[in-house]
Amino acid sequence: MSTTTGERTLSFDEALASFDPVMGLEVHVELGTNTKMFCGCPTEFGAEPNTQVCPVCLGLPGALPVVNAVAVESAIRIGLALNCSIAEWCRFARKNYFYPDMPKNFQTSQYDEPIAFDGYLDVELEDGSTFRVEIERAHMEEDTGKSLHVGGATGRIHGATHSLVDYNRAGIPLIEIVTKPIVATREKAPEVAKAYVATLRDLLKAMDVSDVKMEQGSMRCDVNLSLMPRDGDTFGTRTETKNVNSLRSVERAVRYEIGRHAAVLTDGGSITQETRHWHEDTGITTSGRVKSDAEDYRYFPEPDLVPVAPSRETVEALRATLPEPPAARRKRLQADWGYSDLEMRDVVNAGLVELVEDTVAAGASPAAARKWWSGEIARRANTEGEDVPSYAARLGVTPAHVVELEGLVTSGRLNDSMARQAWEGVLDGEGTPTAVADARGLELVQDTGALESAVDAVIAANPDVAAKIRDGKVQAVGALIGQVMREMKGQADAGAARAIILERLGQA
Amino acid sequence: MTTDLTRATAAELADLLGAGSVSSREVTRALLDRTAAVDGAVRSYLHVDEDGALAAADDVDRRRAAGEELHALAGVPIAVKDVMATRGLPTTCGSRILEGWVPPYDATVVRRLREAGMPILGKTNMDEFAMGSSTEHSAFGPSHNPWDLDRIPGGSGGGSSSVVASFQAPLAIGTDTGGSIRQPAAVTGTVGTKPTYGGVSRYGLVALASSLDQAGPCSRTVLDSALLHEVIAGHDPMDSTSVDAPVPAVVEAARRADVSGMRIGIVRELTGEGFQPGVQARFDEAVQHLVDAGAEVVEVSCPSFTYALAAYYLILPSEASSNLAKFDAMRYGLRVTPDGIDAPSAEQVMAATRDAGFGDEVKRRIILGTYALSSGYYDAYYGSAQKVRRLIADDFAAAFETADVLVTPTAPTTAFRLGDKLDDPMAMYLNDIATIPANLAGIPGLSLPSGLADEDGLPAGFQVLAPAMADERLYSVGAALEARLAAAWGGPLLDRAPDLTEVSR
Amino acid sequence: MADLTRDDVAHLAGLARIDLSDAELDRMVGELGVILESVATVQQAPIADVEPMSHPLPLVNVTRPDVVRPSLTPQEALAGAPESEQQRFSVPRILDEE
Repeated sequence: MSTTTGERTLSFDEALASFDPVMGLEVHVELGTNTKMFCGCPTEFGAEPNTQVCPVCLGLPGALPVVNAVAVESAIRIGLALNCSIAEWCRFARKNYFYPDMPKNFQTSQYDEPIAFDGYLDVELEDGSTFRVEIERAHMEEDTGKSLHVGGATGRIHGATHSLVDYNRAGIPLIEIVTKPIVATREKAPEVAKAYVATLRDLLKAMDVSDVKMEQGSMRCDVNLSLMPRDGDTFGTRTETKNVNSLRSVERAVRYEIGRHAAVLTDGGSITQETRHWHEDTGITTSGRVKSDAEDYRYFPEPDLVPVAPSRETVEALRATLPEPPAARRKRLQADWGYSDLEMRDVVNAGLVELVEDTVAAGASPAAARKWWSGEIARRANTEGEDVPSYAARLGVTPAHVVELEGLVTSGRLNDSMARQAWEGVLDGEGTPTAVADARGLELVQDTGALESAVDAVIAANPDVAAKIRDGKVQAVGALIGQVMREMKGQADAGAARAIILERLGQA
Repeated sequence: MTTDLTRATAAELADLLGAGSVSSREVTRALLDRTAAVDGAVRSYLHVDEDGALAAADDVDRRRAAGEELHALAGVPIAVKDVMATRGLPTTCGSRILEGWVPPYDATVVRRLREAGMPILGKTNMDEFAMGSSTEHSAFGPSHNPWDLDRIPGGSGGGSSSVVASFQAPLAIGTDTGGSIRQPAAVTGTVGTKPTYGGVSRYGLVALASSLDQAGPCSRTVLDSALLHEVIAGHDPMDSTSVDAPVPAVVEAARRADVSGMRIGIVRELTGEGFQPGVQARFDEAVQHLVDAGAEVVEVSCPSFTYALAAYYLILPSEASSNLAKFDAMRYGLRVTPDGIDAPSAEQVMAATRDAGFGDEVKRRIILGTYALSSGYYDAYYGSAQKVRRLIADDFAAAFETADVLVTPTAPTTAFRLGDKLDDPMAMYLNDIATIPANLAGIPGLSLPSGLADEDGLPAGFQVLAPAMADERLYSVGAALEARLAAAWGGPLLDRAPDLTEVSR
Repeated sequence: MADLTRDDVAHLAGLARIDLSDAELDRMVGELGVILESVATVQQAPIADVEPMSHPLPLVNVTRPDVVRPSLTPQEALAGAPESEQQRFSVPRILDEE
């Protein structure tokens, strides 16, 4: 099977002309607990193989699971943050199927009694509108081990002679968050999917329950998609696209599957209910396992674990620990800071919200905080392929630097251009803004005598321009100010220079 | 030394050891010698750990000599059913699929034995993964009943029952999912207790049916079982189903042996029809002994017990089909490559290994459980069985309103001949008719000898059942009955068993 | 309903990953039929409004603190492995992703 050439697809517009997309998104999040779901093994990413395993997570005969209390709390908090109801009583269940990376050959999960159910998440779209994604359920389960496929094409499962399994990841707590069918999105389907995953990511990050790194697999998305005829009411057959592990891929995978389904249906074919694999490199999906009747997980209540029955007091206590939802927080901060919608969006998109917040808290004005963090440092960070917060952290540049820089301007020691020079010095590692200003001799000239002499010299050297100004062409003053500033080597206040010129030429 | 150390009870050995009259090494040596003499005929053990047992004995002797405060049973050797994970000692569960597996960890029960300073003599035989009533389903051949070597020692814990009945160990650990401690005790003239579910940790007990399994003591006297019960019971944070409550005062109850004023309930559905006349006769006599000791007899009815066997043979295979899925040739145990397939897949190796590594009974139950859980049949089978389970628990709850304990014959018959029921699974399952309800409800049960059946001269068992966490009542009744029977017989029942040193030559 | 065909048993054996031989299949169809007929009597019990019982004791909320406990060493973890390579469990080729 080829993974480079896709099947026939209709263009997005053609597809939407005949069909309405219906999506279902399943997001798996690895919790950031110290230990695994059912045993005390650590959960560190990137450890040497099979060093974080014990009889329980290796599925050794006789071993028994015990639920991680923090994982349950995190699950409840996630449920609450997604506006879900929290079960008063629920059980774990065994999902039985054989696979070498699953030590017990059943996954301890939840089946018809999830810890959280019936919620929603509001996501903001590019056009400023809000779309409500309904949440079906959020439930607890455990991750599987990881296989290395040997002997075939690099790392591919097909053609491998054997596989090498590392069970470090087996048993890491997962929360699976499942949406209800997302309908009526039309052309916004790809954007809604991406915005949902992004909003969910931000929310979980703000809650500090997971590091939500899609590239490391601590957040993974499966995209269920089907098409129904325009204005129909019966869902079509769906496909489940796995391995969609970046925000951009979520959007692309939805778009691709819409086009592919549309082509199949338009050609008179029918969609096979199957798992499909997403290929980030080529931007297509390929057929995986066909979901057949033979798939029978034989769920039953996990007899080795007792039911989870969180008291309402516990649930309310956990609700009180929830941080402000990211969207509400952004609205509040925008109002506090007095930013325009565009300014706020730029700050959010550049990942500067926390940095600006810290900088304002440290005493800077919101305008200065935005200006300095989104200027030169953002340009440099972008060149380095880093985000500003981590770049700043690496350089040791802090909110206090911005506060200090702004202080130098408001006290009149530096003008804007000097402040930019001082900031560059800070970014170059020359020290604090004051230290840079001292070292570089940056200082506004306060001596009006020197400024007056410079003005007089410039007027004398430019009789034509001076004459125009005397005649009332005040806008020509800019040319003279520029020369005065050059004369003063930039260390003058442009406003003061303008006032003196106009006074000398009788226009004050 | 006048005492035959192999015939001494654990309580007697504890006294001798505590008084410094014997060393643990002497006791352990004597038992190992007994094993060398008789186990070729009885075949209780799958693995004897002579070196480990002697080293543990020496350690206890050294600590005792140094004046260390030791557990009452320190130095008393014990045998452990091969279903318990033992660090550094093979653990096979009587199955080819686990042959050669050496666990890297100890079951909690085993850890408690080691902490108490009890030398572990070896691992006892069992039906494969505890599925059976005779040890005939052990992949390594059956154990034999010391009363008649042509007969079964009960199952699944026939290794543990025969090891104490043949004086190779004063104590053994058994596990009981539907009667695997009590039925073997009954047919070998020994004592065994299934504690309240959750009373003893299941961590390290290789699961057959998680919601039914419970480990417990096997011994020759009621007091010895109580002493061992106290060692292994108690809350374990490694087992979510472990009860976080004080251990019932079982030893005190066994020593007091007081049944005066106690209401003894006879379960109408578990008496009379279907029980061998000699078994029923000994049961009736035993009840009279209890009345003589001051107990009051009441009759109770538990109508749902009619469905207990059916519910059990759905719940057990369902849970087992899932519990035994881990045996797949990937991480430990047997790996079989299928014949005639080039470069077989993991899936094919799993299927070939599970076919070759599991015996017929295990495969039967896995298939049955897979069926009972499969979509479309779940409600009719597993779901219905879970409801019946509730009815049975309710029947017990009602019965315990009018009775403090319930009593029944432990097994319908005395030991049958090896091979007699091997080809008839349903006939084999009927052995558990009286023991299964306690597992379904999670309540404790004890079996002790009630005498020899007239028709075959073989031991019959008397079962006592109590409400959950009232395990001490089993020992009050058991010890009171044991004392009166021993007085009537002029000594322990096992004194009448054949001398195996003759047989094994 | 209690009638199991040979194909049913073969299907179940596939789900249970047991490569039953033809002879085993033949035998098991008969044996399971007898057992199923017997266990199917649970459906005749008065269970209409009965709550299923999955656990023998009514315990709830048993958890452990999120505190790291020692893991096995990789040597201990791999000691029982039929084959191992690069500190990993070596298993035959896997057919496809789950």
